[in-house]
Amino acid sequence: MPSFVIQEKCDGCKGGEKTACMYICPNDLMVLNTEAMKAYNQEPDQCWECFSCVKICPTQAIEVRGYSDFVPLGSSIMPMRGTEDVMWTCKFRNGTIKRFKFPIRTTPEGAANAYPDLKGKDLKSGLLATEEAAGKTLIAP
Amino acid sequence: MALPNKPTGELLAVKDPAVEEREVDILIVGGGMAACGSAFEVKKWSGDMKVLLVDKAAMERSGAVAQGLSAINTYIGENKPEDYVKMVANDLMGITRDDLVYDLGRHVDDSVHLFEEWGLPVWKKSAEGKTLDGNKGREMGTLKDGAQPVRTGKWQIMINGESYKCIVAEAAKKALGEENILERVFIVKLLLDANKENTIAGAVGFSVRENKVYVIKCKGMMVACGGAVNIYMPRAQGEGKGRAWYPVWNSGSTYTMCAQVGAELTMMENRFTPARFKDGYGPVGAWFLLFKAKTLNGLGENFAASDFSKKELEKYAPYGLAAVTPTCLRNHLMLAEMKAGRGPIIMDTVTALATLGATMDAKELKHLESEAWEDFLDMTCGQANLWCAQNCEPEKMNSEVMPTEPYLLGSHSGCCGIWVSGPDEPWVPDHYKWGYNRMTTVNGLFTAGDGVGASGHKFSSGSHAEGRISIKNCVRYVTDHADFKPALKQSPKELVDIAYAPVRLYLENFKYTTAADINPNYLKPSGFAMRLMKATNEYGGGWMTYYQTSEKALEILMDLFKVMHEDAEKLAAGDLHELMRCWEMKHRLWTVEAHCRHIQYRKETRYPGFYYNSDHPGQDDANWFCFTNSKYHPDSGEWEMKKVPHVKIFK
Repeated sequence: MPSFVIQEKCDGCKGGEKTACMYICPNDLMVLNTEAMKAYNQEPDQCWECFSCVKICPTQAIEVRGYSDFVPLGSSIMPMRGTEDVMWTCKFRNGTIKRFKFPIRTTPEGAANAYPDLKGKDLKSGLLATEEAAGKTLIAP
Repeated sequence: MALPNKPTGELLAVKDPAVEEREVDILIVGGGMAACGSAFEVKKWSGDMKVLLVDKAAMERSGAVAQGLSAINTYIGENKPEDYVKMVANDLMGITRDDLVYDLGRHVDDSVHLFEEWGLPVWKKSAEGKTLDGNKGREMGTLKDGAQPVRTGKWQIMINGESYKCIVAEAAKKALGEENILERVFIVKLLLDANKENTIAGAVGFSVRENKVYVIKCKGMMVACGGAVNIYMPRAQGEGKGRAWYPVWNSGSTYTMCAQVGAELTMMENRFTPARFKDGYGPVGAWFLLFKAKTLNGLGENFAASDFSKKELEKYAPYGLAAVTPTCLRNHLMLAEMKAGRGPIIMDTVTALATLGATMDAKELKHLESEAWEDFLDMTCGQANLWCAQNCEPEKMNSEVMPTEPYLLGSHSGCCGIWVSGPDEPWVPDHYKWGYNRMTTVNGLFTAGDGVGASGHKFSSGSHAEGRISIKNCVRYVTDHADFKPALKQSPKELVDIAYAPVRLYLENFKYTTAADINPNYLKPSGFAMRLMKATNEYGGGWMTYYQTSEKALEILMDLFKVMHEDAEKLAAGDLHELMRCWEMKHRLWTVEAHCRHIQYRKETRYPGFYYNSDHPGQDDANWFCFTNSKYHPDSGEWEMKKVPHVKIFK
């Protein structure tokens, strides 16, 4: 279906200002029904199965059921995304289970250096700010 | 009493939205890799200028890299930028802008080094030549310090890229400042200045979270909102139409919005029709390059090495005879097998893994299996699920490969886009430059990534670097035109009328029928999408005809487009999500029409495997070794097509 929300697990992000899945979905698919306080995928045939909502959901209420056009039922893949790794559990239709762990980041979240104090000097040159700061010269053919 | 008939969705649209007017110096439209590059770079140069970035989604997971990537496909490293230029030209059948590609090649590594510094795990080679993933690889030092990446090809390096976009967006947001970013706002039209001819002055868009229209004035603008997807009927047309190879939310906004204000387009006939694992559209690159797998035809033959294939490639010399066969010709060979009845095409994963595994111990074998799965789980999760559902373990069972539906883009193995100025340097031919690097033919309007035409193979890293190049030049433009006071031709009220037309049409008419989606007075965007994709698939060289079109078919398609333009005025939206969809469809229609106009103009088949014009088979270098550019004249509504000479800078 793409992504679907498990009734019992979704708490509508407790009515907070930002529902996590709604905040993250790149295609604006996840919405909150404010009466039921449950989220749902409003346009399953536009779901890219990018798993952004699955990864961000604080209650693990979102999973993915493969596209009905071509994916047989019975399998699932579920990520558990931490701060350094993502752990995937891949369940086959025949019951086989495979687990994989991959690194996702080598620095703490929020640590990316945006070079806030770096000011470029020569606006007319072809160098980017960090290249200029490193003393590079522009090569040409 | 009216029957219970309510607009769908949770965020209902109202007739009169709030209006917020903004005036900034620089506006960045988009939030993907290119726009993140701009956001990172801009304040290093812009002093006290006001900058605003507008993204229709959330930057943390927007654009083509939202899901992650398993490789960075452009890292120059030990290679020479001029060799990169030659590779790009050959893959795209000779007609690319050497200046733009070279310029990208000399800057792209700086962005890759930043990614690694920010925390992106990059695979490394150990002293013994073993592969180390991102965590262990860190101990080998950084690329910047000379550590060796794991190359899968001459230009590609492997990463653990699940969080690639999150990391790049984090740096971009910090550099620009959250207060200078509007998320969930969809820019739908660019606006020209009322007084100064052919000069950008602003844009209009709306929030998809509240009933609010934004009218933004600016002195310079960088537009990079990706390529175009779902412009041709996808192979899966139910739920599966979301499983596009490129991100399904890329709606051609870059090309349409820039073309509508008169920016010249180039090579819009070029498309990318990737061959991917069937239905799941998982990547094949690592299978070919890292695992050394072969594709077989239905008879079990390695068809790419057959005499038949060799003869086919000779027809497209010199490109077909190069050491690396161009992407379109690899498709062409595959299609030739399928058309001859020798399909389907199978990726022989079993033999590939067995061959690699022959010299490995159990631990290394386990790691190899993990690498194969990570390739999907990092960037096409759905393909991993498909394998699970099919009980497919690649070491035991082969998988089918199939060319997908066509896509329009300028950053991957395709090169349609906007005609921009190259660097203002002596080695760049005069007709390739007009002062500001990456500026379109509209004053003050810049682009990057998928937006820049005739320079493919930038991929994620190149798009980021190009966003940085572009915005620095945008700052220079604004600095040079400090006295310019943008003035819009339309009043805010007129702009609201345009942006909210689909809402008004809906509200005026929806009560007429008992089911809101079927109404003779309007069309819903979901239905319009199917109409557009059916027409392009049937007449414009979709998969249905094995990517073939003809003069007559294009003539019919142009007539269909004409009526679709009229009906696009009847698109209706009951909620804010649907309003976004209406505008996306308007953008898709324009973009794919430009694509088909270009196919019609270029009387040859330059990219067999991507598309065929059956009235003009084969490449015709004598007449068509040139760029094809188009320009829409906003005042007269006319399209003008022309040839632009190609210059080969690197022989």
